[in-house]
Amino acid sequence: MNINYTPEELAFRDDVRAFLDQALPADIAAKVKGFRHLTKEDHQRWQQILCKQGWYATHWPEEYGGVKWTPVQKHIWDEESCHYGVPRSVPFGVNMVAPVIIKFGNEEQKQTYLPRILSGEDWWCQGYSEPGAGSDLASLKTRAVREGDHYVVNGQKTWTTLGQYANMIFCLVRTNTEVKAQEGISFLLIDMNTPGITVRPIITLDGEHEVNEVFFQDVKVPVENRVGEEDKGWTYAKFLLTYERTGLAGIGLSKAALSHLKHLASRCIKNGHPLIEDTSFSQRIAKVEIDLTAATISNLRIIAAVEGGGMPGAESSMLKVKGTEIRQAINDLARRAIGPYAIPLVEEELNLDYEGEFLSDENAAPLSAQYFNNRKLSIFGGSNEIQKNIVSKMILGL
Amino acid sequence: MDFQLNEEQQMLQDTVARLVRGEYSFEKRLTFSETEAGFSVDFWKQLSDLGLTAVSFPEELGGFGGGGVEIQSVMTELGRGLCLEPYLQSVVFGGGLINQAGNDSQKEAWLSGIASGELQAAVALQEPQSFYDLNDVQTRAEKKDGGFVLNGHKAVVIGGHCAELIVVSARTSGDARDANGISLFALNPDTAGIERRVYPTIDGSKGCDITLRNVQVGANALLGEEGGASEIIEYQAGRAIAALCAEAVGVMDVANELTLDYLKQRKQFGVPIGKFQVLQHRMVDMMSELEQARSMSILAASVADEEQSNERRRVLSAAKNVIGRSGQFISEQGIQSHGGIGMTWEYNFAHYAKRLIMINHQLGDDDFHLERYAFLLQAS
Repeated sequence: MNINYTPEELAFRDDVRAFLDQALPADIAAKVKGFRHLTKEDHQRWQQILCKQGWYATHWPEEYGGVKWTPVQKHIWDEESCHYGVPRSVPFGVNMVAPVIIKFGNEEQKQTYLPRILSGEDWWCQGYSEPGAGSDLASLKTRAVREGDHYVVNGQKTWTTLGQYANMIFCLVRTNTEVKAQEGISFLLIDMNTPGITVRPIITLDGEHEVNEVFFQDVKVPVENRVGEEDKGWTYAKFLLTYERTGLAGIGLSKAALSHLKHLASRCIKNGHPLIEDTSFSQRIAKVEIDLTAATISNLRIIAAVEGGGMPGAESSMLKVKGTEIRQAINDLARRAIGPYAIPLVEEELNLDYEGEFLSDENAAPLSAQYFNNRKLSIFGGSNEIQKNIVSKMILGL
Repeated sequence: MDFQLNEEQQMLQDTVARLVRGEYSFEKRLTFSETEAGFSVDFWKQLSDLGLTAVSFPEELGGFGGGGVEIQSVMTELGRGLCLEPYLQSVVFGGGLINQAGNDSQKEAWLSGIASGELQAAVALQEPQSFYDLNDVQTRAEKKDGGFVLNGHKAVVIGGHCAELIVVSARTSGDARDANGISLFALNPDTAGIERRVYPTIDGSKGCDITLRNVQVGANALLGEEGGASEIIEYQAGRAIAALCAEAVGVMDVANELTLDYLKQRKQFGVPIGKFQVLQHRMVDMMSELEQARSMSILAASVADEEQSNERRRVLSAAKNVIGRSGQFISEQGIQSHGGIGMTWEYNFAHYAKRLIMINHQLGDDDFHLERYAFLLQAS
């Protein structure tokens, strides 16, 4: 057993650091580290830089412009990018629909969509959940009826993250109502500019617009926009969900959030001393750091197993539960650290260009909103209850 | 032993409940929140017309001489409606401080206005460095020309943005965090040198931070004995804690009702999700947390107007600790039970969840009160 990186992996880490030192725009890193919102332009600017380096599409084969990283290298990239404040890639194009197109799409679809994902020409969003189909995704009702060389789509998708920026959406639609729920689903690629599509914002409890509802009324979608076979979409959907689940534990993000928390606790004052010197508060930080250490090693064990040729299985569900609980615990502590200042909602300070006087600590403004926003972590990507069902069925055989 | 409200108390609670049900729909609340005051001026007037803002004041000031239980009855119902009106800040806390510390002419000048709802008061006791310790006062008041000059910064004054009277703590002697040497002043916010930085709060209300720069006031602004306010502040903060606990119980009541309804209505995998055992047990836990909280709210109300003692201090810290924990549990698990819908602005649950978390940040969170309780335990 040797739980350290090999010399080659360490050299790779040095390369990553050297690249991030020179290439990551300071304003973008400051937004990420300060939990500020990124604009569409911020995402696109960083994507161009990554593409130029050839490091954007880490799940793709090299022939389509991907980079061949080992699972450990991907992990190193993830850790370093969280530490540096690299924006999370919006995953719907590069990490979600692209692997499906690469594995199940035809040559024309590959030639059409993959370059446009790399160039940033297309911004994808995900049309999976529906008002009546959340945890029970296979019960989805959005209907696609074949009429000649196209489908006519009617229905509604929801929780569509950053759908307001997207020009493309991949959708699970029902093409057959005569068979078992899972057997009548198809996977369609739909241009958001097609007549009949309406995007309506969903405002979350922190006042933010991140997710949307997408309505389809008699939307005509060419048959060539179907990936793979008709009624076989559930297979592709499940394949995609394994990609979604990778990285949902957010270990790197928790590490970054923890270091932010410690910085905050060294500046906040209680009884005339920095909060970090307060016994009960420092013990709370210690506990979450210990949990995070354990989860980090668990994560590496899964990565090492995959590196050795294994498949990430239900273990990643276990890690998703732990990882999201840890991140939520860190957010809880950050909110607690600022005491009464958790109450004000000082929107002007969320803007990175803000030059006025800060109400309290310069890092305080986003903390309560972030705590509330990150309640989503235990809900999305398969709720933690669903993850536990997977573990109890797949690992425990219950 | 009798945990029932008496007839008058029950009538009081029913009156508030009816008013809230009739006037405070979720949709209306959102519009109240967006007004300049951040609450409904009309609703405030209705509360006062019914005498509800006078409940806790002595009869000679137009009040009913009500105590902790009466305030509990009002606050729980206001909590159920997520009401934004400054009942806690003005009537319970501000009015309480003036009632205990003020001399006859000060009481006459301000208390009848507060009791009638015509004068809105706020309390400014916290400071940027104070965390939840109300003895951590760095704002200074120095004697000058028979009055005082105040300098300092007061933090997170809920309702302070539109209050017409602000009760401020300032140090007239002693060092930072000394209990001795703190004095209370009643300030007119229009006085020269007072600057308010107004903001909305994350739970839909409004407040401000207050900067005091060479604020000159007369001797009649001093409430109570110079340097002797610490005990009064602690006592009245205790009454306010009991009131907050009562409010929290009302908020939790509705949060649990909403969650239970959702578990019965929402179907996945062909059945209501309330058929899944993991959610059943969670709902039971939420209910148990609420009942623990309700018990502590009753206990807190019963000591709120008792003479100060370590027993009273312990009970109030215990109550606030339980409320903080149960509130967070119900808020987080309620969101989780709802899934994404529990996090949306358009659905009322999220607003109940936010209020519960923010109550924990008012007058000390569960950690703060755990520490205080442990300290009192060692002291006894």
